[in-house]
Amino acid sequence: MNTISEKSAFFLSRNGWGRLVLTWPDGRSVEGVVPIRAFPISAPDGFLSLCDGDGHELLFFESLDELAPQARSLIEEELARREFLPIVLRIVRVQADTDPAHWRVITDRGPTEFFMEDSDNDVRRLGTNSILLIDSQGTRYLIPDVRRLDTVSRRILDRYL
Amino acid sequence: MRGVLSTANQNHEWQQLPPELREAVEKSFSAQETPLVWLELDLDAQLRYAPGLLVLTAGKLWEATADKAEPERTVSRQAVQVRSWPVLPGMKLHAEEYGGAGRLLLLDASGLVQEWRFTSGRLLAARRLAARFKQLAQGKSDSESAAQEPPQVCPSCGSILAAEQLSCPECSTIRAKPAVHSLYRLIDFARPQKWVVLLGFLLMVGSTTAGLITPYLTKPLLDNVLIPAYEHPEAADFSQVWWYLSGMAGAALLAWFLSWARTYVLAWVSERIAMDLRNRTYEHLQSLSLEFFGGKRTGDLISRVSTDTDRICYFLSVNLLDFANDVIMLLLIAGILFTLDPLLTAATLLPLPIIAALVHRVRSRLRRGFALGTRTWGEMTSVLADAIPGIRVVKAFAQERREIERFRAANQRVFQANCRVNAWWAFFEATVVVLTEAGVLVVWAFGAWRVFHLDITVGGLYLFTTYISRFYGRLDSMSRMVAAMQRAGASAQRIFAILDRVPSVVEPHKPVPLVRVKGEVEFRNVGFHYGNRLVLHDINLHVRPGEMIGLVGPSGAGKTTLVNLVCRFYDVSEGAILVDGVDIRSYSIAEYRRNIGIVLQDPFLFYGTIAENIAYGRPDASRSEIIAAARAARAHEFILQLPDAYDSLVGERGQLLSGGERQRISIARALLIDPRILILDEAMSSVDTETEREIQLAVENLVQGRTTIAIAHRLSTLRRADRLVVLDQGRIVEIGPHEELLRRGGAYARLYHAQLETAQQKKKVLV
Repeated sequence: MNTISEKSAFFLSRNGWGRLVLTWPDGRSVEGVVPIRAFPISAPDGFLSLCDGDGHELLFFESLDELAPQARSLIEEELARREFLPIVLRIVRVQADTDPAHWRVITDRGPTEFFMEDSDNDVRRLGTNSILLIDSQGTRYLIPDVRRLDTVSRRILDRYL
Repeated sequence: MRGVLSTANQNHEWQQLPPELREAVEKSFSAQETPLVWLELDLDAQLRYAPGLLVLTAGKLWEATADKAEPERTVSRQAVQVRSWPVLPGMKLHAEEYGGAGRLLLLDASGLVQEWRFTSGRLLAARRLAARFKQLAQGKSDSESAAQEPPQVCPSCGSILAAEQLSCPECSTIRAKPAVHSLYRLIDFARPQKWVVLLGFLLMVGSTTAGLITPYLTKPLLDNVLIPAYEHPEAADFSQVWWYLSGMAGAALLAWFLSWARTYVLAWVSERIAMDLRNRTYEHLQSLSLEFFGGKRTGDLISRVSTDTDRICYFLSVNLLDFANDVIMLLLIAGILFTLDPLLTAATLLPLPIIAALVHRVRSRLRRGFALGTRTWGEMTSVLADAIPGIRVVKAFAQERREIERFRAANQRVFQANCRVNAWWAFFEATVVVLTEAGVLVVWAFGAWRVFHLDITVGGLYLFTTYISRFYGRLDSMSRMVAAMQRAGASAQRIFAILDRVPSVVEPHKPVPLVRVKGEVEFRNVGFHYGNRLVLHDINLHVRPGEMIGLVGPSGAGKTTLVNLVCRFYDVSEGAILVDGVDIRSYSIAEYRRNIGIVLQDPFLFYGTIAENIAYGRPDASRSEIIAAARAARAHEFILQLPDAYDSLVGERGQLLSGGERQRISIARALLIDPRILILDEAMSSVDTETEREIQLAVENLVQGRTTIAIAHRLSTLRRADRLVVLDQGRIVEIGPHEELLRRGGAYARLYHAQLETAQQKKKVLV
């Protein structure tokens, strides 16, 4: 594990190709650093790992608060750019008499529609209240908390749960 | 009786022996002699069934046998022959399985002295006798040997037995199954809901009564209003019609409401009973030891917990409800009919006894038929449960056709079994319908005659026919109850067959409290048999806390069995396993297992996220702890590369992950519970060398400071082991560190060199 001093001592920057570069206090640097959330669904705001291009871990943070403000904003920017996991805000309509089912939803990234091939398996419960939808192309959609959806959306989801 | 037996229990057992044999031996005892151990013989030297008794006292081995095998079991006093042999140093008693039965050999320096035979069930007792004989022959005094022998624990209920007691007084009496029909046992499950059941019953009586009011009002409507109106249209008063009609409508409405409430309440109760039944069955399944699952097929068990309980639920909520309804209806109708016209009623009930006789005849046939049906259904599910998880093997060997044929054959048997039983109940139902028609015909014939003789009004006859057709209609549906009841009974039997299984690994009555063990493991004279096959014997091994033991030996040597015994998946047949100096059977199973971590050859991942799988043994573990365990197991980095990292879902068998990755997750799982005792069962076979190195590193993290028992085929993976134990045919043949065993040039050295050779050959082939 890295000590606290080590953690605060590194420097993060973005180079001309848009890749993240991590520079250690001794001047060595690693290019193409990838931030990865260890628990992207159950604890998206903590447990962050910085890995090099080969997937070897460089640094690990239990909380984003451990980061210097400059590094933190760079990482958050990178995460936002890298991760595509639309959050479902509302389910408009599901046509699902037979598979594939046609879903129309409104997400935090705008309205979209998709097909789901195996509704029994592709509406997955994660933990007690969050749900993951997987469409026929493998894109995932997250419902972080079912209880916060409106009644209509919840009634549609009830068919699968 | 001379002398005093050591315990009351033992005394009791001694008294249970056949009195003629026992008394004959007792008479021959000298003043101070007391029986120490005995063996009841049931075969003679020619292997014919014959009673006999072998008794060991401090100085002699006594034998009492009936002179000749008599057809009756009783032994007449005159026929008993008593012989004895002194117990001398150098004499040996040897018990073994021989040709499907047991035999006991008494040997001295010159050879065989005497041989006794007995059926295999007595082998355990014979071994005990032999063990005690050995102690006596070596001149150990009684108290000495008693002190040496670990306390015996009853293998089935866990209570501690007195030194020489053969069977446990707590559970030696085989409990006879209550003869009541399995369905009656469902009452136990209904009892918690008795008030709801009562409510449902009252609603049922209410709704049935309300349903009968409507036809009852037709009689006065016909006789008092319609017929007079037809005969004297001028004096007719139509308002009375309204009056009766509203009465009928009101009754119908009331009946509608009450029957709705009744069906809802009773359906709730039956769902509830089925749920409790499923829970109880599954709970009980989980408490059964591996021994049970080894002999059962998964599909059959699944179908018992799901299909059979569902059938019972359907039976309770639909069939039984209808039936109870029908019975109430029949009683009410019969009552009304008798008040109307007893003679006519008696005539119409004529076909009833015929139906009763028919029911009686058909019932047992139907039950057998339905039992066969459910059994074939279970077999069919078993075929599915077999083939679907093994689909890769099926496809790899291109055996799809064969699997389809296997399923077809099973399905065909379901079809045939159901057809046969369907033929019966179809006949039965049709016959009941005919008899019903006959009943209604009788009413019309007899009723018409009565009307002509003015004994009864037209309204009365109409009411009669309405009721009687309902009556027989009910009878018709009741006949279906016979089939439904037999079907549900067959299902109930299959469920109770599981519930009646007594777990062979049992919680002790008074567990020794245990929080965290130190990790000292001792095997004392451990023996284990599957049925009568001896898998392990005379295992004596003392493992120090923190020591790593490597188990090696050819397959079938008993390595996995030994490890299963430590985990208490099975209980030892002889001797004892002690952890921290206490017999493991004295600990509560769950508390004890919490101290054990196990990594298996084929790590099983449950449906859930990676984090949930790592935290399987400790669901309350924090995320940081999960990550720390994954790091130590060298799984952290590959987990981060998965689409949702620790939140990634893995399927039934973790299809997403490679063998080595699953293995590391299972190591993390074991690490997280921080066990004092660690079992590695071939944890490193079937992974490539690169992965093996990773796993080796993971295992090294895992082993540190824990008592470890590791099984490995590849001897190189046991380099870190403090001592190696070589097993062969259920015995320990060598114990010692790697170098010492190599120098000794025994079994281990041979194994090691053989492996080295094949490894080198492989290398040559690769080059």
